[in-house]
Amino acid sequence: MLYRETGQFKTTYAADQQIFPIRQDRIAIGLLLAVAFLGVPLVADQYWLSAILIPFLIFALATLGLNILTGYAGQLSLGSAAFMAVGAFGAYNFILRLDMPIIPAFLLGGLCAATVGILFGLPSLRIKGFYLAVATLAAQFFVVWGLTKFGWFSNYSSSGVITAQDMEIFGFPIDSPVSKYLLTLTIVSLLALMAKNMVRSNTGRSWMAVRDMDVAAEVIGIPLMKTKLLAFAVSSFYCGVAGALAAYCYLGTVEPDYFTLDLSFKILFMVIVGGVGSILGSFFGAAFIILLPIFLNIVLHPLFGLFGIDISTAIVSNMELMIFGGLIIFFLAVEPHGLARLWQIGKEKLRIWPFPH
Amino acid sequence: MSARKIGEVILDLQNISLRFGGVKALTDISFNVREHEVRAIIGPNGAGKSSMLNVINGVYHPQEGTIIFRGEKRHEMEANAAAKAGFARTFQNIALFKGMSVLDNLMTGRNLKLKTNFLQQAIWWGPARREELENRQKVEEVIDFLEIEHIRKTPVGRLPYGLQKRVELGRALAAEPQILLLDEPMAGMNVEEKQDMCRFILDVNDQFGTTIVLIEHDMGVVMDISDRVVVLDYGKKIGDGTPDEVKNNPEVISAYLGTQH
Ligand SMILES: Nc1ncnc2c1ncn2[C@@H]1O[C@H](COP(=O)(O)OP(=O)(O)OP(=O)(O)O)[C@@H](O)[C@H]1O
Ligand SMILES: [Mg+2]
Repeated sequence: MLYRETGQFKTTYAADQQIFPIRQDRIAIGLLLAVAFLGVPLVADQYWLSAILIPFLIFALATLGLNILTGYAGQLSLGSAAFMAVGAFGAYNFILRLDMPIIPAFLLGGLCAATVGILFGLPSLRIKGFYLAVATLAAQFFVVWGLTKFGWFSNYSSSGVITAQDMEIFGFPIDSPVSKYLLTLTIVSLLALMAKNMVRSNTGRSWMAVRDMDVAAEVIGIPLMKTKLLAFAVSSFYCGVAGALAAYCYLGTVEPDYFTLDLSFKILFMVIVGGVGSILGSFFGAAFIILLPIFLNIVLHPLFGLFGIDISTAIVSNMELMIFGGLIIFFLAVEPHGLARLWQIGKEKLRIWPFPH
Repeated sequence: MSARKIGEVILDLQNISLRFGGVKALTDISFNVREHEVRAIIGPNGAGKSSMLNVINGVYHPQEGTIIFRGEKRHEMEANAAAKAGFARTFQNIALFKGMSVLDNLMTGRNLKLKTNFLQQAIWWGPARREELENRQKVEEVIDFLEIEHIRKTPVGRLPYGLQKRVELGRALAAEPQILLLDEPMAGMNVEEKQDMCRFILDVNDQFGTTIVLIEHDMGVVMDISDRVVVLDYGKKIGDGTPDEVKNNPEVISAYLGTQH
């Protein structure tokens, strides 16, 4: 079946406004979900699930969160890791102190992050761009400092480490990699769907309007303050849930120092590489940045081995940084819309293939 | 001119003064706008025309003056409140949302009509979807009206200048405004595009009874389409009346039209 729009005439606006208007896209997404939910648990081994797929999904969610704020609403933030930390420690405390089931605890952890996000988003009402980024740095340092300084958050454990409690949903234990993967996948898929719905509705259009031309947005009746703060809240909520998932489904034990500025930057890189202002791009970006080191490890050793050079892991990780740096510059300079845009171009080519014009 | 009936004064500006530091952009300006009329503001470059529009819909806040809209007296407008009160506008330097499609720009113009909250929109099914479809219908009417069906899905940044101006008018129309403020809607257009734009403006005025305040440099256009004209020069009002009155006002001739003839 060719990848075509032709023959799929949209006779109603409802058809035109479907989430995936092209039939082949709908089929592809359906297949992808089937593989992710049914196929992967059957074939993937523990390493793939725990070390690659679960972190991929979690970082895709955090990237999605930052993308909402930066890509859609145009507010630069360097505090994503801090909001993840709030989500993780929030969920921990809800479970610890209120004996809450995990799903509500994750959501409330996300809401805590949203609250903190709104607080640190307040400067966005007055300042933009670079200066705002610096203000969000404050969130980054303040949160990590606060979680370390006040033992209450980690139930007075040494150096603020929290250990995820055992999880269960309706009596089913969530203890195996497969069950953790499925839990993460379900939450991430639902939140991604909701994000997609928001950005194709008035909420998302208001965000983009504020991003593209705030004076015009205000003049057509978009409340700037509410719109920006909503972007901070939703974005931080996504990061917060990602943080809770990171603690409970990926790391198991985690300390405030895990959520450093480095991590915030890593998420920002995922946004840039994947595609600023693209939901799908968030997944591309996370996949790329998580898979790249693994790929390099597999490729570089034999490659250098060909020339009889035995390289150390340190060199590999340095090369990794250099390749990251190069790619970031490439995407910023050449393709600011990232992998998502390359994907789009590829699809457009496919749509007219095999006739180039 | 059409058969539409010009109504009462709905917008009355009294003694408006606006300064930027030492620059006096507007000095003690008073004029009014009647319902359903086409009111032009003209004047040489830097006369304060754009500043005047910005005062009317609350982008700028005058130091002195009173704005009475539909009997409600204010010292200044707020941009958001003006939108809610039924003002919509275009800008001298196109202010479209560059990263969005034509359709989305127009849908954004209707944001005040959309009542569902972000959670309902995140869920999509139900009220949010229904509302989206209803408003899409309205936006499609604007698209038909402005004859821009073929560029519906195009990102506005990729459109030529003339079409961008038209889309910006569309975004304003999508709001179903009572008063439309147009800042040089025909600037930089070729003759054909100007004719189209004139036609759209007159049709809007005629079909929907929308009151129009427009700034325009092309005297031919101004004299053709406006009911009354205000003339500004160096931030002061130097003339006010029908096109014929203004054309024959000696002060206006020396300050402005004199250079044209
Ligand atoms: N935001 C601002 N800050 C400072 N000065 C301003 C601002 N806006 C307008 N001015 C000044 O106010 C005066 C009137 O400007 P305005 O843009 O209203 O003129 P205009 O009649 O629209 O001119 P043009 O025909 O060139 O568009 C000018 O001297 C301008 O420099
Ligand atoms: Mg002007």
